[in-house]
Amino acid sequence: MDQQVATPASSAIIRSAVDDPKVTSKDVCVFYGEKQALFDVNLDVPRNAVTALIGPSGCGKSTYLRCINRMNDTIPIARVTGEIKIDGQDIYDPDLDVVELRARVGMVFQKPNPFPKSIFDNIAYGPRIHGLVRDKTDLDELVSESLERAGLWNEVKDRLHEPGTGLSGGQQQRLCIARAIATKPDVILMDEPCSALDPIATAKVEELMLELRQNYTIMIVTHSMAQAQRVADKTAFFHIGYMVEYGDTKQIFEDPQDKRTQDYIFGRFG
Amino acid sequence: MSTWLITVGLLAAAAAAYLLSLFKARATVKGEVSKLHSRLGYYGSYAAIWTILPALLITFIWTAAEPQVIRSLVEKDLPQSVQSQPDALKSLALGRIASVAEGLPKLSEDEFKVVEKARLGFAPMTDAQNILQEKGVVLGSTPEPYVISAGYDQVIYKQNSRWMITGIAALLAVLGFAYSYFSIRPRLKARNTVENVVLGTLIAASTVAILTTVGIVFSVLFETIHFFSEVPPAEFFFGTVWDPRFTSVGRELSGAEGQFGLIPLLWGTLFISFVALLVAVPIGLFAAIYMSEYAGPKLRGFAKPVLEILAGIPTIVYGLFALVTFGPFLRDTGDLIGLDIAASSVLTAGIVMGIMIIPFVSSLSDDIISSVPQALREGSYGLGATKSETIKKVVLPAALPGIVGAVMLAASRAIGETMIVVLAAGIAANLTLNPFEPVTTITVKIVSQLTGDLEFNSPQTLVAFALGLTLFAITLVLNIYALYIVRKYREQYD
Amino acid sequence: MATQDTISSPAAASSRQLNDPALLRRRYSAERRFQAYGLAAIMVALFFLVVLFTSIISQGWTAFLQSSIRLDVTLDKSEFTDADGNVSDKAIRLANYAKLGRDALQNALGIEKPGRPEKRKLKELLSRGIDTQIRDVIEADRSRIGQTVPIWLLASDNVDALLKGSIDRDVPEARRQLDNRQVAWVDKLVEEGRLEKKFNWGLFTFGASSQPETAGLGVAIIGSFFMMLIVALVAVPIGVAAAAYLEEFAPKNTLTDIIEVNINNLAAVPSIVFGLLGLAIFINFMGLPRSASLVGGLVLSLMTLPTVIIATRAAIRAVPPSIREAALGVGASRMQALFHHVLPLALPGILTGTIIGLVQALGETAPLLMIGLVAFVVDYPVTPMDPATALPVQIYMWASSAERGFVERTMGATLVLLLFLFVMNAAAVYLRRRFERKW
Repeated sequence: MDQQVATPASSAIIRSAVDDPKVTSKDVCVFYGEKQALFDVNLDVPRNAVTALIGPSGCGKSTYLRCINRMNDTIPIARVTGEIKIDGQDIYDPDLDVVELRARVGMVFQKPNPFPKSIFDNIAYGPRIHGLVRDKTDLDELVSESLERAGLWNEVKDRLHEPGTGLSGGQQQRLCIARAIATKPDVILMDEPCSALDPIATAKVEELMLELRQNYTIMIVTHSMAQAQRVADKTAFFHIGYMVEYGDTKQIFEDPQDKRTQDYIFGRFG
Repeated sequence: MSTWLITVGLLAAAAAAYLLSLFKARATVKGEVSKLHSRLGYYGSYAAIWTILPALLITFIWTAAEPQVIRSLVEKDLPQSVQSQPDALKSLALGRIASVAEGLPKLSEDEFKVVEKARLGFAPMTDAQNILQEKGVVLGSTPEPYVISAGYDQVIYKQNSRWMITGIAALLAVLGFAYSYFSIRPRLKARNTVENVVLGTLIAASTVAILTTVGIVFSVLFETIHFFSEVPPAEFFFGTVWDPRFTSVGRELSGAEGQFGLIPLLWGTLFISFVALLVAVPIGLFAAIYMSEYAGPKLRGFAKPVLEILAGIPTIVYGLFALVTFGPFLRDTGDLIGLDIAASSVLTAGIVMGIMIIPFVSSLSDDIISSVPQALREGSYGLGATKSETIKKVVLPAALPGIVGAVMLAASRAIGETMIVVLAAGIAANLTLNPFEPVTTITVKIVSQLTGDLEFNSPQTLVAFALGLTLFAITLVLNIYALYIVRKYREQYD
Repeated sequence: MATQDTISSPAAASSRQLNDPALLRRRYSAERRFQAYGLAAIMVALFFLVVLFTSIISQGWTAFLQSSIRLDVTLDKSEFTDADGNVSDKAIRLANYAKLGRDALQNALGIEKPGRPEKRKLKELLSRGIDTQIRDVIEADRSRIGQTVPIWLLASDNVDALLKGSIDRDVPEARRQLDNRQVAWVDKLVEEGRLEKKFNWGLFTFGASSQPETAGLGVAIIGSFFMMLIVALVAVPIGVAAAAYLEEFAPKNTLTDIIEVNINNLAAVPSIVFGLLGLAIFINFMGLPRSASLVGGLVLSLMTLPTVIIATRAAIRAVPPSIREAALGVGASRMQALFHHVLPLALPGILTGTIIGLVQALGETAPLLMIGLVAFVVDYPVTPMDPATALPVQIYMWASSAERGFVERTMGATLVLLLFLFVMNAAAVYLRRRFERKW
């Protein structure tokens, strides 16, 4: 498909304006070496809500997500242009410390990736390196609070010192969410958090997202449209490097405007 | 102060700086440490690094340069009569001065007076010599007055140098600490600075490997040039006679120049390596083919470790085996069938070396054969070829470049091997085609020229470096070319 | 496929029938031959290994036994007193121990008033090392002077060889190292239970000696230990740091390419060249002492460095990227991800690589010859600056000695070296098995 002709950047359809956005993106482009992977994304993410990024494989939704905590920095050939702000602060400002940023913007990955350490140490790692706690009691409290919020406390409270890798897949993923929460972030990024989980575990994670929404700004990349419909307040549709359409979830799914969104939502490709 | 003491002092200073900065960082945020950019410890380390690192670097550089500088200062002040002497004698004089300088600080006041008198000519010099001798300074002959006075100078230079570096180190430590201490603010990116220093350390560590290569090339090259100033390169590279003559002292008098022809040594080296490859390549290659294509997991699980054991045995053990068991065995067998085989011969060393390099050939070939894609084999089987036909016609041709690389690596190993040939090849340089005769190799001669008394000015010693450079060059070319082939080969099937 | 083949080449079809049984048979026997070559190659390698070990063990195991004679030595006071009749250090140092030993032997054999030649023959049965043995007994308790004490004294090289069967009794007396009389004495001592082969602790404790029965590996073991320590302290930190940089931080550019090629090449540079480097840089340029284990350790460190780097890089590469991402995702810096997660997880691999490097260093001989570790060192080295030797170098030195006793010791020392290597390798295998992690 000829990308140049397909959609000029300005033609992205923005269905609803966001007041007081948490995360704003302006003309964000990502290059991997010579290859451009993301074209002029403009997106305002509301605070304390779930925003889903959907689209076919290779559409750039994960690439975009990884811009928001600068995970792309770890790929030597990746280059990001444009502007992303969180609470009005430019996160690509050279003065900004990427480490601090990542403490504020937690991330949950596609495959659960607990450290091969105890459950307790998994959660405690972030707070320890960021100096968020004063002493052992504080730390204990933070760990149990994080686990409770992640809905895992009752399942693991008797085996906090067993390795995190011994949990089931769903539990591991909720452990990773608890780990992300423990550094007290404002934003949580989730990159297909349920793709490696069974339906029951998925349901639990989704439940958790709805609960976390009250306190956190959540951005989730998902392949499952059903999931986006279940959890997201807003949805953005990506297609080969372009953000095509963005609006309230209901609008996007019930009344897509762009032809490509329609094709995707009604299952004509993907 | 000695470098050692300075180091200890700096360590103590760094520890103090660590604690002070820790307290200051805590104080700047009134105890609310989460307001700091970095964890507390990083502020401490930040100051500690500033305190110790510049001072320590300067100290080490100073210490490394000190002996050379003092030596040239002392040399400059030597009387004209000594200055005009040849280098060898001058370095002898400097050596005597250095040992006097070592003894002087140990003298008591009275003893010192005697030495001083002797220097000025009021007392016999032998008195001074005796006094120094009691302090462990052995001088071959009675020292001349200039030796004593130059000895004083050297002691003074050394003392001054020590005072200076102690002062410089202390100053740098204080400055570094002051700078870092006063720059502590809550938003100071202490962690980033500390991590950059750690990163710098990691980078420095990865350059050690390069420095080693550079060190090898330069040190060996330097001595080789030195050697070539006494023996013309053509005589070395194209000479067919190896007869270095052991006498180095009085060489000028006797007029007997040594002959340093490389050819017989090179020939011996290549001959033995050739025999070794003749043993190792067929056995190693067939073993590799069998293990990767035929052997079940059980046999493979047994044979691979066995070959690894063969690779793990130190070469001295192979050498010993050749000397004590295999050489005599070959000689006796030769006697039985009417062949005159020397116990130390090309054959002995070559075969034992061949055994040693079997695992190099086999394990590399094994990897290479295994990385030939299965699809190629299946294509061949699909045409009705038997397994051996597939291997011979398809797998081996595909793996050939890699195998050539493996053989070249093995050859480089054989050429550079030392202990087997030292113990079992012989020591007489011998240009022969007869594998039953002893020959000698480059490595054997490096060892024999460098064990025993060394004199860095005689060609007898220096020739070892010329030999070493030759050896290094040969193996370098082989290695780099072989590694290149193997890498290219791997990429092809990746 | 086969039919297609014949169709496409009708000429072949006409001259040779497909599935010709004779051809097929030939092809199958070629197959079997080929397979047999492969098997034979492995068998040959195995055979060499067996021969190698058999020859070393069969010639070396006796080195662990040493003949000693239990004699009642009369510590005659007059031997240990100086001119004024007092026991003094100097007198003890200069006492005629050979005579004491010989007298004791003469009493044990019941020989009275032996003549000069007999005295000499008796003396030949005892080692020259008995000086130190008896002196040690006295120094342990000086009140023993004047008493008669039973001591196990070392027998001479030849007696030892006779007991171990390497001196043939059937050889005519004239060409035998011990004459008939001496053999009879030895037999008598054995019969009385005075002459026994005991475990040879001396092999592990003695320093250099010109007599095989008092030569041991003590200095070499300490020297090798110092060198291993230095390798562990120098090569391992530098190697791990270099590997961490190259794997985790290094940008892909010409410089890192050069480092990469350079490390691989360095791993294949002949070890003797490292000896030349050590001689030129550490000894000639930096003025470190010759024969010191410090220099040996530094040279071996440089030699081992590539091994450690290569092993560590492999271990670091085996840690999955998801762990790094997890750490970065909660806001760890790359340095923190490395030190908190990657390195601890790579530790077993690093340890295994380190041990392999140490094994390589422990067995290395050639570079040590260059830097003067071939010294005749009697006293134990106390610091790495003292003269020392190393295990493989000691083997080399003994291998060049002529006495029969040294052949046995050489092989014995080789067994000791192989034992050390075996233990270290076993530790590496154990670590690999114990901590192996499947991701």
